[in-house]
Amino acid sequence: METELTLRVDGATHHLRVDTRTSLLDALRQRLGATSPKKGCDHGQCGACTVLVGGRRILGCLALAVAYDGAEVTTAAGLAPGPDEDHPVHRAFVDHDAFQCGYCTPGQVCSAVGVLDELERGWPSAATADVAGGPDLGDPEALDREIAERMSGNLCRCGAYKGIRAALAEVAEGVRR
Amino acid sequence: MTATLEPRAIGRGLARRDGGAKVRGVAIYADETPVPDPLFCRIVQATVARGRVSDVDTAGATALDGVVGVMTSTEAERLASTDDAELAVLQGTEVGFRGQIVAAVLAETDEVAREAADLVRVTYAEEQADARLSADRGDLYTPESVNPTYPPDTHEGDVAAAMAEAPVTVEQTYTTPMHHNNPMEPHATTALWEDGHLTLWDSTQGVHPVRQTVTQIFGLEPEQVRVVCPYVGGGFGSKGNPHANVIMAAMAARAVPGRPVRLALTRQQMFSLAGYRTPTIQRMQLAAERDGTLRGIAIDVVEQTSRIKEFAEQTGVPTRNMYAAPNRRTTHRLAALDVPVPSWMRAPGECPGMFGPEVAMDELAAELGLDPVELRIRNEPEVDPETGKPFSSRNLVACLREGAARFGWAGRDHRPGMRLEDGWWVGTGVAASVYPTMRMPKSTATVTYDGGRYVARIGAADLGTGTWTVLPQIAADALDVPVEDVDVLIGDTDHPEASVAGGSSGTTTWGSALVEAVREFRDKYGEDPHDGDAASGSVNPNAAEEDYVMSAFGAQFAEVRVHADTGEVRVPRLYGVFAAGRIVNPRLARSQFLGGMTMGLGMALHEQSLLDPRTGHVVNHDLAEYHVPANADVDDLQAHWVDEDDPYVNAMGSKGIGEIGIVGTAAAVANAAWHATGVRVRDLPVTLDRVLPAR
Repeated sequence: METELTLRVDGATHHLRVDTRTSLLDALRQRLGATSPKKGCDHGQCGACTVLVGGRRILGCLALAVAYDGAEVTTAAGLAPGPDEDHPVHRAFVDHDAFQCGYCTPGQVCSAVGVLDELERGWPSAATADVAGGPDLGDPEALDREIAERMSGNLCRCGAYKGIRAALAEVAEGVRR
Repeated sequence: MTATLEPRAIGRGLARRDGGAKVRGVAIYADETPVPDPLFCRIVQATVARGRVSDVDTAGATALDGVVGVMTSTEAERLASTDDAELAVLQGTEVGFRGQIVAAVLAETDEVAREAADLVRVTYAEEQADARLSADRGDLYTPESVNPTYPPDTHEGDVAAAMAEAPVTVEQTYTTPMHHNNPMEPHATTALWEDGHLTLWDSTQGVHPVRQTVTQIFGLEPEQVRVVCPYVGGGFGSKGNPHANVIMAAMAARAVPGRPVRLALTRQQMFSLAGYRTPTIQRMQLAAERDGTLRGIAIDVVEQTSRIKEFAEQTGVPTRNMYAAPNRRTTHRLAALDVPVPSWMRAPGECPGMFGPEVAMDELAAELGLDPVELRIRNEPEVDPETGKPFSSRNLVACLREGAARFGWAGRDHRPGMRLEDGWWVGTGVAASVYPTMRMPKSTATVTYDGGRYVARIGAADLGTGTWTVLPQIAADALDVPVEDVDVLIGDTDHPEASVAGGSSGTTTWGSALVEAVREFRDKYGEDPHDGDAASGSVNPNAAEEDYVMSAFGAQFAEVRVHADTGEVRVPRLYGVFAAGRIVNPRLARSQFLGGMTMGLGMALHEQSLLDPRTGHVVNHDLAEYHVPANADVDDLQAHWVDEDDPYVNAMGSKGIGEIGIVGTAAAVANAAWHATGVRVRDLPVTLDRVLPAR
């Protein structure tokens, strides 16, 4: 069975017809050639397919494309304000060498942007000491624990976790200032 | 001895040249190569571990709209070479292991291909499978050599006599489980057969090795095959050799000339088709004087291979070179089972093979009441214990001392199970690391001058190792020009032939080829070349290898906390100090070391593939059940290095760094877990059920 839908991806509008079984990830990668989000497991276990929908991070492989008709999808390729510009998270990832092979990286970057937004909104996580009060961004150690916890859905087999944490901490510091 | 380059770009922590593309996700990996109108290939895998395919019913699959074809052993083309049983895809009905490819579907969309693959009905004449590894099997055999070409056994003196006579001995058996590489990018190929020419955009650690295999198997000439791979989403050895999926992709493409075909393995399929690290059983013997001086050291290894193809892990090899002792023995015995084909996984040999010995050394230190750092220093050999040759450089002791200082080892109470803090048992442990400095025999580079820039070409690979960034640094110093004026192009068989990215040999091999190419270039054209001037050069054998043994060394220090009630194991601190020659790019090298240590942390605490011996099936075949370290598993993780000036290794003065980081980590963690709890875990991983003190 096929159905028609509209997706806005990184600012561009696409009308497409998909098999209703198509995941959002496959629609992006195989139908639209938007290959920034990666397929690492197709089961929601690795995070490589993380994209932002309405600013919140989701796993593209666990989302059916038909459920996202009309959605605004942002991938790591569409985060920067302009084609020759960097998003602060892009820059921080390069500076801290927060990746090696690069395959999980677009998902990590999208997740990072989502996490920074969650922190700014004061959303608690399992690492938050005072759930009612929200995450303590003033304490570098507490911030590191928050980042580690919230980024643990994005696996990196190259083991760039330390760089990823440093990159997020740097951007979070900048946001706070 | 080669003149070492004057380091100008070498030694600088330049950011990755491919960084901008990778953080945006616009670096192109194999499965996303832009091609018009691709077909999708899905494989069907054997559900028995041994037997024959008696029937394949493709009716349901072919009836689906969008299915282009179903390939079985009846219809598939006959390959020119079937000598390698792993790669003899669809050439017969015999099943050698569960998960073997028994059919494949080609369809217009991935969704249809997947449904059609599920509809293929395969029936088997099943035979009793034999997939249980144990050290007391009657059919263990001695391989002719162990990977790649080491003798399987070595003997010197009489270990049995040393064990009988020595005042202190350790005799224990250690095991490491089956491990899977699990690079984040699943093995994938986009293939096109057109006008008698095959193009493979393949996720591989070596485009030229893939071409060599594929030409042989399909009976093609090298000019007929191009393999392209600018970026690899990790490999850790599993993409070092082409596996059956690459042959399947090429075969599918040849069945539909002019149509590109995509074949990406699923994560689950990788557990039977993409290689893995064999489980190992390591019987260790140490015989020592009361002052800790070793009189004898022995490791007897039992491991598995596949019945259809032999791969013999060199697990016992590092014991040949680590510590001085007059009586020595290393042996390897294999069980050929109905299991998937094992292969390379990060530091084959050293990684599993430094678990047993380094825990045994810790047990010996405990027996003697000696500092385990001091025990290792007392057994530091003057020359290589196996060959009697000097080491080109060996700074294990410096690493141990530097690590001890950074970690705060001094004053450690060596008694186990003494420190209970806030409900957690706390302990510290140490282990040594080693990895040989390898140089592959073949690699060629060209250097061209073009519009004020130097462009070098070599079919090398960057699997996150930094090749795109590091080779320009080497070429720039060889040319004596700013690194900004140099481009190095890699990852394509249209470039000169390069060796596989394996054995931590890339920088040594490809860098040496670049240095030779630059030398040729300067000899021909001097310092002031014209546009279009070009020269090539190849890696030469290193004459110094006749006189010296070359290895990198390291020391790893771990702090472990074990929850007294739940047994939860945490590693709040893990420090590694390495002596690996000159570090070409500190920023990228640190990532390599930390990445290796992180994978070692996974080996210590999480990773084990659980193969059901009744069915030959790896039951935890995904990332929800095969646990690799996640972000929050890593805490205070540090990699450092000691300066090492080695004039013998190569023109860069560098040693390989991609693998040594994983060597010794698991032993350091297991030793720290013992120090915390008093429970000696000899079987990896160190899980809560194994480490919790009995009460």
